[in-house]
Formats: sequence, structure tokens, C-alpha cells
Amino acid sequence: MTTTALPDTSGQGSGAAPVAKSPRQRRSGLFSQHLGTAIIGAVIGYFVGHWLGNVIAGGYTYVQNSGENAVANTLGLAFMVFGWLAGVGALNYPFAKIIGKSSRNAEEMEAWSASLGWQRYFRYTADHKVVGMQYVVGVLLFMFTGGLLAMAIRAELLNPNYHLFGPGRYIEIVSEHGTVMMMMATSIIVGPLGNWLVPLMIGSRRTAYPHVEAFSFWVFTAGYMVIFSALPYGGFPTGWTGYAPLQTQAGAGMISYLLGFAVIGIGMMAAGFNLLVTIISYRAPGMTWSRLPIFVWAILATCALLTLATPTLFAAGLFGILDRTAQTAFYVAEHGGSSYLWQNLFWFFGHPEVYIMALPGFGIVGELLPVFTRKPLFAYKVAAAGMMGVALLSFFVWQHHLFQSGINPDMRPLFMLTTELISIPTGFIFLVGMGTLYKAKIRFEVPMLFCMAVFFNFLIGGVTGVFLSDVPVNVTVHGGFFVLSHFHYTIMGGLLFAFMAGLYYWLPKMTGRMMNKKIGIWHFWTMFIFFNLTFFPMFLIGLLGQPRRVFQYAQNLQTLNEFSSMAAFCLGLSFLLFAWNLLYSMFIKVEVAPANPWNSLGLEWQTPTPVPYYNFERIPVILTDPYHYSEDGAPAVADLGVRVSAGASTAAT
Amino acid sequence: MAESSENPVHHLRRMFVLWLVLSLVVDVLFWFLVGPHVPPGHMTETAKDNQQVFNVLFVIALPVLLGVWIYLGYSAIVWRDREGAPEPVGGEVARTNSHAQVLWITITSFIVICLAAYGTIDLISHNGAGGGQGPNPAWAPAGAAAATQPNAVWTATNNSVLPVQVIAQQWKFTYRYPTFGGFESQHLILPNNTEIAFHVTSLDVIHSFWGYQLGVKADANPQIDNVAFTKTIQTGTTWIRCSELCGIWHGSMWNTGTVESKQQFEQWATTTETAQAAATKLLPPFAWTYVPDANGADGGYYPGVDQYSPTEVYGSTKAAS
Repeated sequence: MTTTALPDTSGQGSGAAPVAKSPRQRRSGLFSQHLGTAIIGAVIGYFVGHWLGNVIAGGYTYVQNSGENAVANTLGLAFMVFGWLAGVGALNYPFAKIIGKSSRNAEEMEAWSASLGWQRYFRYTADHKVVGMQYVVGVLLFMFTGGLLAMAIRAELLNPNYHLFGPGRYIEIVSEHGTVMMMMATSIIVGPLGNWLVPLMIGSRRTAYPHVEAFSFWVFTAGYMVIFSALPYGGFPTGWTGYAPLQTQAGAGMISYLLGFAVIGIGMMAAGFNLLVTIISYRAPGMTWSRLPIFVWAILATCALLTLATPTLFAAGLFGILDRTAQTAFYVAEHGGSSYLWQNLFWFFGHPEVYIMALPGFGIVGELLPVFTRKPLFAYKVAAAGMMGVALLSFFVWQHHLFQSGINPDMRPLFMLTTELISIPTGFIFLVGMGTLYKAKIRFEVPMLFCMAVFFNFLIGGVTGVFLSDVPVNVTVHGGFFVLSHFHYTIMGGLLFAFMAGLYYWLPKMTGRMMNKKIGIWHFWTMFIFFNLTFFPMFLIGLLGQPRRVFQYAQNLQTLNEFSSMAAFCLGLSFLLFAWNLLYSMFIKVEVAPANPWNSLGLEWQTPTPVPYYNFERIPVILTDPYHYSEDGAPAVADLGVRVSAGASTAAT
Repeated sequence: MAESSENPVHHLRRMFVLWLVLSLVVDVLFWFLVGPHVPPGHMTETAKDNQQVFNVLFVIALPVLLGVWIYLGYSAIVWRDREGAPEPVGGEVARTNSHAQVLWITITSFIVICLAAYGTIDLISHNGAGGGQGPNPAWAPAGAAAATQPNAVWTATNNSVLPVQVIAQQWKFTYRYPTFGGFESQHLILPNNTEIAFHVTSLDVIHSFWGYQLGVKADANPQIDNVAFTKTIQTGTTWIRCSELCGIWHGSMWNTGTVESKQQFEQWATTTETAQAAATKLLPPFAWTYVPDANGADGGYYPGVDQYSPTEVYGSTKAAS
């Protein structure tokens, strides 16, 4: 075997170009880094951190009195995260830059990635398409885990008097379910589809910060581990909202919640910032704002929220950790702190958070409707403006979660108004959808079925949100199953159905394999029907007086709860059907996807499958937006044949 | 019949007529048949009001729901891809319609602003609509401030506001009646036709006092006096539930209450005050908020601290601010 000396194109050359190792040489060796070394690093990190914590705080009075060393728990988990990242190689690039060592150049990266084959999906890589696929697996793992916990909850609620779980265990399950699902839902579209698609859609060869993007995924998975570490620690009793002072009172598992949110928060900020800069600065020539695909607008609005709102969550989690480890009293009223502080910090993040979940779903629906109606997107500018309006207004509504909590009463009418107002831009997706459907020629492929379901479900979720925003009605419906059903309709009924639409639509591009249509139709109808049968009765259950997060409820509500639980089990089966479709279509009976199975005009479909490492052989010049359906003489979306001269910038002009 | 330029099908007109008829029918049916039975009922003015506001919102929401559903269903049937279906028209005419956009934005803005105004007026005119307003309520019935004074008196004939303190702790609600010597009861008993001021506080974590049939909900925060008002107008039984996760027995934190006639209530309260006088002396002096005794109650979490706060000693006699 001969090795080839690759040219040094890093732009840092001084004197003779260094002879780089071949991809084979750099790949092989005792210390190649991958998922396995990440696990090893995490285990080592945990024990080192825990030991350090014992050294630091083992002698503290509160540790000796309570038998719990929060410092050791915190440092153990923090070092576990550090070890995980170091083990997978996420810290190599910044470390190399700090010590002045050159990293792999562009051609080396491409060759290295290609040489790995399927193994690259288990490694730290700067290819946004690999990161996107890694996120697909990551969010599905979160989703199925959270789903299992949901099945446990519904099993417990079959009967108000007979209990499968003790009250402590039940609260653990409820808390883990909520937290896992919210963490998953935050990244479910931005992570897999945002990372995979945005560079292709804007005509870029890469994201702005490929290493930050890859880092965000491995931090996301670390956060998952931290959250699940709560279970061996006894869980946490606060639900996903983590209210103090219950948070301060809780056992060791609470650290997993606080640190888990902080870690996931870092991932969210990294992913958001990366895509934000990519969209702003890496658009291809000709990709003006008015030609940007609506999905990219949705991701832009979402990433603005991820970047700006998440620091509040991080700070809130940090204060909680300090209260438990360093004996500060941010949330302890008896020592001058305030339980209202946590509530406000949390919900200041928490409301933008739910729009982080809703907006990408709108983007997917907006992107898919033209393809399956063969019409341009109606009111494109209104759609884009609506998304940015929602993002802006989402920072001004958070106290609607606190209407009855004893906040300044003069704030209640103000936040009622702002919350009502946010329904205006949120409703624009319906204007856009209905206008696009008008006199269309609708092809009911599986992705389109899911899009229609998004409209149906999100309408119910959105309208019930108006009820909740009204303070007098809020007195009855806050804190019960009504609000629980509302957010399941918006997040699960809106976001998750949109995610399914996106997967069925883009997996053929991402994997080169079609999802089975027949199984997909079965999946859709079972998921849609049983989703509504599960959650619609919960509006009634809430109106009839059942609070959230209870394992005991009034006897007269048993029939409704039983009905909801049975439907939930069937809903769970529909997800198994989806998992089966994935397995069947991707591995068992593979149907190779045509180049453009949906006849889409989107730029991402103009690339070959599999998409090359650098997406486009030459940077395209964008000529128009991708919505010129049923328009005779419409120009092509882009000119893909323009040569890029040496040194030309890839940023949009 | 297939659509053509000579025989245009007025799709929107069809949908509008269907929507109008259905909305009217369903709204009327809801208002008269279902509306009177919508929770929380008619036991108090706030409960009645909350029910009415819910019903108003519902009759507005129902046409919105029907409108979109009818449109989606119509589209799926009439404009699906089938043999002989007309080709869609692209271009600028399909991308935008300023009339439709302006109409949509105007109508939705008008509806939500009206709803916000309606909710605000209702909030003010019903003294906070049964929700917790914090220690300094913005809207209170006449006499609410006087009712919190140490010399406040309530009788069946003086039409005063009756203050009732709701103390939440893991995992029980108890109630103290400051105008009856501050005795503590495990059951919430209230007089009918009376303005009630609930002063909700917690001894430990955040709870939420939800008087379901009373139409009252107020979070119980430690060291906070969260005030909510209502006026009883019917006798009967009410459920009390905790509606904020407060630990592992949150699901068991409920009890019941009763609304009785004024005379029955006064008799019960005076009798209980006398019967429990000795026990009441052992309780902490009545205060609007409490701080559990630092010595021992904290399990040694804050060692070396004699009391959490130099002013808020267990059983403070400070009146609500």
C-alpha cells in the first residue's frame, strides 16, 4: 500500500507543507475514537468526579447529616459528560486549535469520512448529514423511552384505587416522562432535519460551525444519560417543571434533572447558534430572504429562540445546583430567596421553549403542502412574518403559566392580552394552509396525511390555549387534565405528527430508501385515531376536576380514564408499527428511492442520492424560490453548473 | 358536475353556508343544553362566572373549529387528485390574495382583542374571578381590608367579608378562621350568601388550593399570603384538591367542604371556637404566613441557625400587608 501526501490547503502553510497521514493511517490505531470510547470516557469521568466530590465535600455537616453528597453527585455527572465528550473526540478540535496544532483539512475530512463507511455514524464527525442521521436515532431513542414511561402512567391510571406503583415511583415516572419528552421535543426537528436539510436548502456546502454542530449532538446524548441517571438516584418528584422549594427538598435525583437541563441547554444553544449563523451567512448567491424555503424560515425563528431563551434555563438550573451543593438560597424563602424566582426563570425559558417545538412543525407543513398540492405556498410572506412574530412575542407571555400563583395582579390582564395576541401569528399557518389547499390537486401520500393531521390536531390545541389564556377560565382549567390535553395536542398532535410527515418525506433522500407506503398508511390512521381517542377525553377529565400528576382520582372519572388508557395503549402500538416500518423499509425489504420520488422543486432534491460529502460540486446560484408548481415557464430553482473560482466566498452576496 | 369557466363552482359559498348552518345549530344546542352543566357550576358567583366565560369562549371557538374542519374536509374530498380533476393554477394569483389576508388578519385580531377585553372586564368586575391575586389584591370586595384586621368580627347579620385562611402542607389542607379566635379545622365550612376572602399560604412547598365547585384556585406559596375572593350563593358540598405537584402524596391531597346557611355556619363556628379553645391556645398565634421552627424542623439542613428569619418567627402576629 502506498500513502499519498495530500496538499496542505489549510491556508496556514509556512515553509514546506507537512506530509499528512493517509485516511487509513489516521483511522486505525489503538486510540481511534467512537461511541465505545465515549462510554469508557463517561464511566471514568463519573468515578473521577464522584471521588473529587467526596474529597471536597465529604466533611460538610449537611453531607454527614443527610448521607447525601450533592457535590459528589454533581461533579460525578459533570465529569461523566466531560469524559463522554473527550472519549468521542469532541474536544480534539478545540484542543488542537488551542495548542496550535493543525487539524484535518477539507479534503482529508472528506476522504476520512468516506473511508469509514457506516462506522462514521458512531463517531464525532463534521458532516452535517451524518450529524442529522445521528440525531434521528437519538430523538427516536428519547421518544420511545418517554413513550414507555407514558404507557406506565396510563397503566397506573386505569384504576383510581388499585395501584401498580407506589406514589414515589409513580411521581418518578411522571417526572421522567415529561422531562425526557420535552428534551426530545426541543430537538426533534432542528436536530435531525434542521441539521441535515438546512445547508442543502440554502445551497451551502456545510454549516457555519461544523464542529459546534457535532458537539451539540454529543452533548444532547450526554444530557439524555444525565437525565436517566436520576432513576438509580431515586428519581425527582417535581415533574418537568422542577418547582422550588420541592426541588430543594427533593433527593439526590434532583441533581440529574438540574444538570441534565443545563447540559441539554448547552446542546440547544450550540445547535441553535450554528444554524442561525449558517442561515444568515451561508446562503448561496441569489438566495435572498424572499426565496428562502419556509422550512428554513421556521428553523431561523426556532434557532433565534434556542440561542436567546436557553441561557435563562441554564442559569436557573445552575442556581438550583448551587442551592443544593454550595448552600446558596436562590430558591429558599427562609433565607431570603424566592420560589417565584425559579418559576419566573423557568417559564421565561419555558414559553419560548414550546414555540421552539411548534415552529419547526409549521415549517415542515409549509414546505410539504406545495409539493402535495402542486401549488405554490399561499401567503409566503405572511407565513415567514408569522413565524418571526411568534418568536418575538413568545418572550412576552410567560406569566400565563402563573396566573393563580400570586403574581402581581396587574400583570394578569397584561399577560392575558399578550397571550391572546400571540394566537394571531400562530394562526397564520392555517391561513397559509387553507390558501394552498384552495383548488389544489391533493395527493394523499403518507407525508400529506400527517400534514392534514397537524392542522386538525393543532387547531384543537391552539383553540384550547385561548381558553387557558383567559384568566377566569384558567381558574378552572389550570393544573388539571385540561391543560395537559392542550399541550399534548399542540406538541404531540402538532410537532410529532409534523416530524412523522418530515421523516416519511425526507428519509428517501437521507437514506436512499423509501418507507413502505402501506405500513405508513396503517401507521398514520392508527396514530391519528388513537391519539385523538387518548387525549380528547382528557379535556373532559380536566373539566370534571382531576388535577395533573395524581395517581388517585375521583371514582366517577374511572370510565373516562380507562377509555383514555386503552386508547393510549393502542397509540403505543401505532408507534411500534412505525418502528416496524423503519426496520422493514431500511433493512428488511429495501425499496430504492428514486431521485425525486415526490417531484419536489426543493433544492435538496436536486442533489444526487447519496448526497456527496460537500453537497454541491459547485456552489449553486439560486434563481427563484422552490414553489413554482403548476406554473408554465417557471425558471429552475437554481443553476447548479456555475463554476466557483478559487477563493470565492460561500457566503450569500 | 365538473367545474368549468362557464359553470364555476362557488366552493367558498358552499362551505360558508354549511359552516353557518352547522355553527348556529351546534352553538345553540351547546348554549342551552350543555352550557348550564359546564363545570364548575353555580355554587358561588365566581363559579357561575367562570362557567359563563367558558361558555362564551366555547360558542366563539366552535365556529372557528367547524370552519377549519369543514374547509379541510371539503378540500380533501373535492380537491383531491383524481381522474378528471382540473389542474391547479400556479403563479402569482395562487401565491397571494391581499383581500383574504387582510380579512383573516382583521377578523382574528378583532376576535382575540375582544376576548382579552372581555376577560379583563370580567376579572375586574368579579374581584379577580376566584384566582389568587397575591398579598396585595388589585380587585377586592368592599370590606375585604377591614376583614383582615385583628378586631374584625363576622356574624350572620353584619354582611362582612369572611376571611378564611387556607394552610397547605405536605399533604393536607387545613383552615383557620381568624374572626373566630383563629381555631383550625380540617374541613372547610362556609356560610352561604357571603363574600369569602381566602388567604392561602403554605408551610413547605408550593401547593395549589383548588375549590372546584367554589370556582377558586390560588397557589399556596411558603411565606406568601395569596388572596382570592368569591361569594357563595348556593349551599352544597365542594371538593378541595391540590392542583400543584407537591411531592409523592400530591394525589392524595384532597378533602371536601360544605356551604351552609349563615345561621348554621355561625352556630358551628362559635361552638367549635369554644370547644377547641384549649387546643387553639397550643397552636401558633394566628398569622397570615408561617415559618416552621428552625430548631429541628429543617432536619439539620441549615446547622447553627437559631431561626430562619429574625422577624418571621413561628406564629407571627403580623397582619397581612
